[in-house]
Amino acid sequence: MSTTNQTFSGEPSTTRIHWFKYASPQTFFPLAGKLIPWFAGIAFVLTIVGVYLGFFVAPTDFQQGDAYRIIFLHVPAAWMSMFIYIVMACWAGIGLAWNTRVSSMMASALAPTGALFTFLALWTGALWGRPTWGAWWVWDARLTSELILLFLYIGFMALQASIDDPRRADKAGAVLALVGVVNVPIIYYSVQWWNTLHQGSSINMTKAPSMAAIMLIGMLVLALAMWAYTIAVVLSRVRCIMLERERHTDWVKEYAEKNA
Amino acid sequence: MLKALFCVVRRDLLLAFRRRSDVLTTLFFFVIVATLFPLGVGAEPSLLRSMAPGILWVGALLASMLALGRLFALDYADGTLEQMLLSAEPLTVIVIGKVIAHWLVSGVPLVLLAPLLAVQFDLPAESIGVLFLSLLIGTPVLSLIGAIGAALTLGVRGGGVLVSLLVLPLYIPVLIFGAGAVGAEASGVGASAHLLLLGGALAGAAALAPWATAAALRISLE
Repeated sequence: MSTTNQTFSGEPSTTRIHWFKYASPQTFFPLAGKLIPWFAGIAFVLTIVGVYLGFFVAPTDFQQGDAYRIIFLHVPAAWMSMFIYIVMACWAGIGLAWNTRVSSMMASALAPTGALFTFLALWTGALWGRPTWGAWWVWDARLTSELILLFLYIGFMALQASIDDPRRADKAGAVLALVGVVNVPIIYYSVQWWNTLHQGSSINMTKAPSMAAIMLIGMLVLALAMWAYTIAVVLSRVRCIMLERERHTDWVKEYAEKNA
Repeated sequence: MLKALFCVVRRDLLLAFRRRSDVLTTLFFFVIVATLFPLGVGAEPSLLRSMAPGILWVGALLASMLALGRLFALDYADGTLEQMLLSAEPLTVIVIGKVIAHWLVSGVPLVLLAPLLAVQFDLPAESIGVLFLSLLIGTPVLSLIGAIGAALTLGVRGGGVLVSLLVLPLYIPVLIFGAGAVGAEASGVGASAHLLLLGGALAGAAALAPWATAAALRISLE
């Protein structure tokens, strides 16, 4: 059995990188396994650095006092919630168009982490809103559209969970994910389109940052930490999905015997 | 293609006419939901006046969601849908026909009934006019978006509850602009901005939703 596996997963004879090599679960699985410790390590180190910068080095804000420090979690989590949805919709769309199994598996692996970050963004926003706005929740355009994003993630997961055939679940989820993409630009531009309570974006590509450099660095470090965390978690989740879906194949049986 | 479209619309309308009780059930659901609110929150006229657009819109949303089950489920059960998939006409056209018929059966009665219910809530005449217009533009969007959800959950276990989870979040913008139009009229700002946004949503949904629905139907019937 191992000889046949090697012929399939062996290096191609040309020196060009063979990009589609990792498009099959069998070859992607060990690669993901190798990458996970690296990204987990990066996430750990960056989180410690970012939290230190945010909570010990960054100065107290002259308007909001120490309450502003929630942005070190809130803003990166909100970015991730939207970004993961787009990535998830892209993977789902690729899986729908080209019938590639790994991309659909990536889409279903991304959904729970995206939902987690959406919830985190809403929850930290509520914790910040209580001392600053005097309310846990306001029916503001950005808050509402972020809440819809959470519903979309939950709908995606519920639809996939209720369909037994994994191929059909992938495709149905992909259609839903693509339909829901409409919401992401609405969230992103909501602070510009509507005159709302939620403040405008803290960081603007065309303007000099309106906050102290150390605050910005702390926030960006934590954003990178969340990226690394997301990659590590999604890769380990996709490995579980692969083992589950490919349980009838020889390489999974071999893997299971080796790790028994 | 137009002939196929008319044929589908005619057939679905005829089927709905033969099973009138289904149509009337959702309609009475709308009436009863709207009647429950004054009993629940108290019959203070100024309170009712400010809540009426939201209540009537949410009622219309829920009623049109309840009607979604009828859109494809019966044809799916007796195999007609499979024949439609195999037919030479594009599936998108058939979907558009079914959505039009669905709107005529479940949307239009809601639109016609809403002004009558608005009287219960002591709404002034101009607000009733705007409510009528906003529902007239908004309910086709509900049918178009709902068709995607109905197609995705075809034959899935727990489909009825699932469809509400998938479709209601996507209905929220329609609700906001629809109910907002009446509120804007009442506060003197004028409803045209909200109505134009609703029209934009209708144009967008009409352009994209039938294709998504057709794709979802193909997936469900694989």
